[in-house]
Formats: sequence, structure tokens, C-alpha cells
Amino acid sequence: MKRSYMIGLALAGALAAGPAGAQGLTGTLKNIKETGTITIGHRDSSIPFSYLDDNQKPIGYAMDICMKIVDAIKKELKLDKLEVKLNPVTSATRIPLMANGTIDLECGSTTNNAERQKQVWFTNTHFLTASRYVSKKSSKIGKIDDLKGKSVVSTAGTTNIKQLTAANAERGLNINIIPAKDHAEAFLMVETDRAVAFVMDDILLSSLVAGSKAPGDYVISKDAFSKPEPYGIMLRKDDTAFKKVVDAATAAIYTGGEGQKIYDKWFTQKIPPKGLNLATPISKELKNEFAKPSDSPDPDSYK
Amino acid sequence: MNYNWNWGIFFQPNPMGTGTYLDMLLSGLWLTIKTALLAWIIALICGSIVGVLRTLPSKTAEWIGFLYVEFFRNMPLLVQLFLWFFVLPELLPRAIGLWLKQLPNAPFWTAAIGVGLFMSARVAVQLAAGISSLPRGQKQAATALGLTTVQTYRYVLLPMAFRIILPPLTSEFLNTVKNTAVAITIGLIELTGQARSMQEFSFQVFEAFTAATLMYLLLNLVVVTAMRFLERRVAIPGYIAGK
Repeated sequence: MKRSYMIGLALAGALAAGPAGAQGLTGTLKNIKETGTITIGHRDSSIPFSYLDDNQKPIGYAMDICMKIVDAIKKELKLDKLEVKLNPVTSATRIPLMANGTIDLECGSTTNNAERQKQVWFTNTHFLTASRYVSKKSSKIGKIDDLKGKSVVSTAGTTNIKQLTAANAERGLNINIIPAKDHAEAFLMVETDRAVAFVMDDILLSSLVAGSKAPGDYVISKDAFSKPEPYGIMLRKDDTAFKKVVDAATAAIYTGGEGQKIYDKWFTQKIPPKGLNLATPISKELKNEFAKPSDSPDPDSYK
Repeated sequence: MNYNWNWGIFFQPNPMGTGTYLDMLLSGLWLTIKTALLAWIIALICGSIVGVLRTLPSKTAEWIGFLYVEFFRNMPLLVQLFLWFFVLPELLPRAIGLWLKQLPNAPFWTAAIGVGLFMSARVAVQLAAGISSLPRGQKQAATALGLTTVQTYRYVLLPMAFRIILPPLTSEFLNTVKNTAVAITIGLIELTGQARSMQEFSFQVFEAFTAATLMYLLLNLVVVTAMRFLERRVAIPGYIAGK
């Protein structure tokens, strides 16, 4: 970062051809100013955060927030035109694409935790979700202890499967934990009775249930495996100037009441393409976070 | 590139509480080895039977062999595993389906059998080619000696055919090892699955996949060396690989 800045300065000085106004900028901001484009990484099926509609256009709660951030960046850099490029990412590609500069912001449902902050930074939290489980109503699993000795699925490599493993050992539940490749496949395991329950972020469970063949057959647990954990929009590590702009933009959206409006649009109303309604009113924790935006990875700091 | 390299990550404890990240990858490697070996045994047995069927004088046998091979090799492996794991139990009577779904280690058995059957079609085609590459005189001589069909295959045709196809069989064995990676689609967390888990937990993508690549490479080197050794061991002096 430092070095490219120096080289940039040297080049600008030597050739006196650097675009006016870009000299004082570093990192991502400088890049955006010079190219007049910003690239947003989006997911393809993270409903309702970031997914493709029936025209294959990425939409969602996080996408709306990102577009507001883009507006703020445009204003900050005093650009007349800022082109937004959209680049699809998966959970496996988001880090390399962020690291090599292909994407500037990742707008989806990425959990912000301390471990990951060694690799990337996150702006203010846009959602909080706890680890719960979905099961068929007919299997009558009312609380976590009812899972004793049963087969339970969760997605491999998630914090959820980690919490399930920990709870299993702690409470001596003797659960047969099945790891699945992705959320859709994990849900399919419950649908086809390969597992009695699927442990995941409750909001993702709501969207899976809402999109299933018979949403009435499923119930999401009251019991939770964890405290609500934060989702954040990802940006490059050590880019302090860019983070400052993005943090200020998101803080303005959340405290100004706009955050609540965008939230209601995606979580309490019918959303494209199938007209699902997740019917999930804003939680107390998220409401508090919107009043006092925070980028902390620690679940305990959200009350 | 703005990436925080951390090769020490392998010696840090993994969040599943099963030791270090390296232990996580090694447990994946072990599962890959187990799956690949079982799949390869299935591929060899089924492939040999079907390969022989394809060369028998009987038209029915030839047809059965043909249908088997085309069924298994014309469908992507990913689709096959998906069908075995998610669709087959739904087609069976409910009680048997449920029993099948609740078997312990279902992904492991399904993956081994699924990959095994897929590879068996390839082994079958190669064995059939190996048998037909033998001079016709060998079979005729066996018949003239009064050997039955079973004896002809057992003592004359198969020993030669298998020697001829050993080098391509080595490739098939390597493919079997690599194909087990597809089994993450049915929740078998083998080497590729563990590498994916590791990158999700730690966000050290490149380290995780570099380590997995090296492990596959080493595993396949072992397979190649072992097969070379076997080739030399069974070589007949003066014939193809023999010296």
C-alpha cells in the first residue's frame, strides 16, 4: 500500500500527468478516482441480502446499502460519474478477489469475526443473526435437548457447525453431526429426512423455509446456539481512508432512519422474484446497533 | 496484492476443537484415501466382470456390458452421486428408504460406491480393449487344449490383458483419487472439503488450497510409484513391459 502510494506519487511528480485531485488519496479511493469505477462483489443466492432476480440482476438488502455507499463515495470524491461494476463472488472466491483488488466491497451475508479480521476489514454491522435450527413440525423437536442422539446437519466451514459441535460436547447430546456442502443441500437433507434438523443463521433458515415447497411443514427453534452475530460489508484490510468513508456512509444510513426503511423493504414485505415475505421485523439488538453503528466482531457488544 | 500470508496457520488450533488446522486437513486426507481405496476395489471388481461380459461370445452378455458402461460413463459423476444420495432413497419403499437415509456414514459409503461404479465403466472398457488386443490365436489355442470358457479367461486371456492395461489402469487409479473430491456434494468432508472449511474459518484461502494441492500431489505420487513397482513385478520377460 505504502509502496504503491510512493510509486504513484513519484510517477505523478515525474510526468506531472496524474489526474488532478488524486494525489492526496491512497489505496481504494485513489483507484476509484482514477478509474471512475468501483467494483462490488455480490452473492448469487444469499436471500435477501444479495442474490439474483429473474433478470439475473443482483439485488438485495446488502446491495441497497452498498449502492448508498457508492453514492457517498461519489460525493466524497466529487465525481460526476461513478460506474459500478458487479462481480459475482462465492464464499471461496471472496477473499482472493478482495485481496487482489478485483472487488472493492463485498455485499452479502459475511459474518464479521475476530479471526477473519486478520485478513479483511468490515464496515458497520448491517445485520445480526443467531444460530438456530429448523426442523419438520412432525418431528416435534421443541428444544435443543430434543436433538439428543439424532442426526443434525449444518454447513461445513460455518461458525454454526462449530457452535453445534461445541454444544454437542458440552451437553453430552451425542448428536450425529452431518456436514453439508452448502445451505441448499443442508436444507435438502432435512427435507428428505436424512437429518432431523439443520443448524444455521436464523435469517437464512427463514429464507430457506419461505422458499421451500411446503413452508408450513417447518418450524424454526426458539432455542439458539449462540448470541446474535454481526454481518458486515467486507473491504480491504489496512485501507484506513476508504474505511473511514464507508463507515461514515453506513453510519449516516443507519442513524438517519434510512437503514430501517431498507430493512423493512427486504424483511417485512414481499420480495422478488417469487414474492416471498420473510416476515422478520427488526430485532431489538439491530435497532440499537442502527442507533449506535458499530463494526465490532464481538457478539457481546450488541445488546 | 493485499493479502495477509500466514503459513503458521497450520499449527494453530482449529475452531472445531479437533487439534490444529493441519490435523483437520490430515483427517480429510485420510478420508480421501479410504474412499479412494474402497472405490478402486469396487471399480476393479465390477469393471473386470463387465469388461469380460463385453468380450464374451454371447450377444446378451455383450448387451448387458454395453448398457452398463453407457449408463455409468455418460452421466457426470456429480449427478450420479446426487442421484444415489438424494433420489434413490425416495424411489424405494418408504421403510427401506428411511433405513438407508439413517445409516451411519451414509456419505462415505455412497461416495465410495458411486465413484467406484463410475470408474468401473472405464475399467471395463479398458479391460475389454486389452482382451481384444490379444492375438485371436491365444483363445483358439486355449479352446484346442480343451479349456472351458472360464478357464480360458482365467489362465490365458485375463493374465495377459491385465498386464497390457496396467499403465492406463494407473491413470484410472489416479482419477479415482481425484474424483473423490466430488463427494463434498453429498457432505463427505474429505481433503477438498476440509480445505474449504479451513478457508471459511480462517480466511487463509491460498494456504488451505496450497496444502490440499500438495497432499493430492504426494498421494498420487505414492500411487504412481506403487503401480510402477507392480508393473515391474508382474512383467513377463520379452513381452511389452518386460525386459
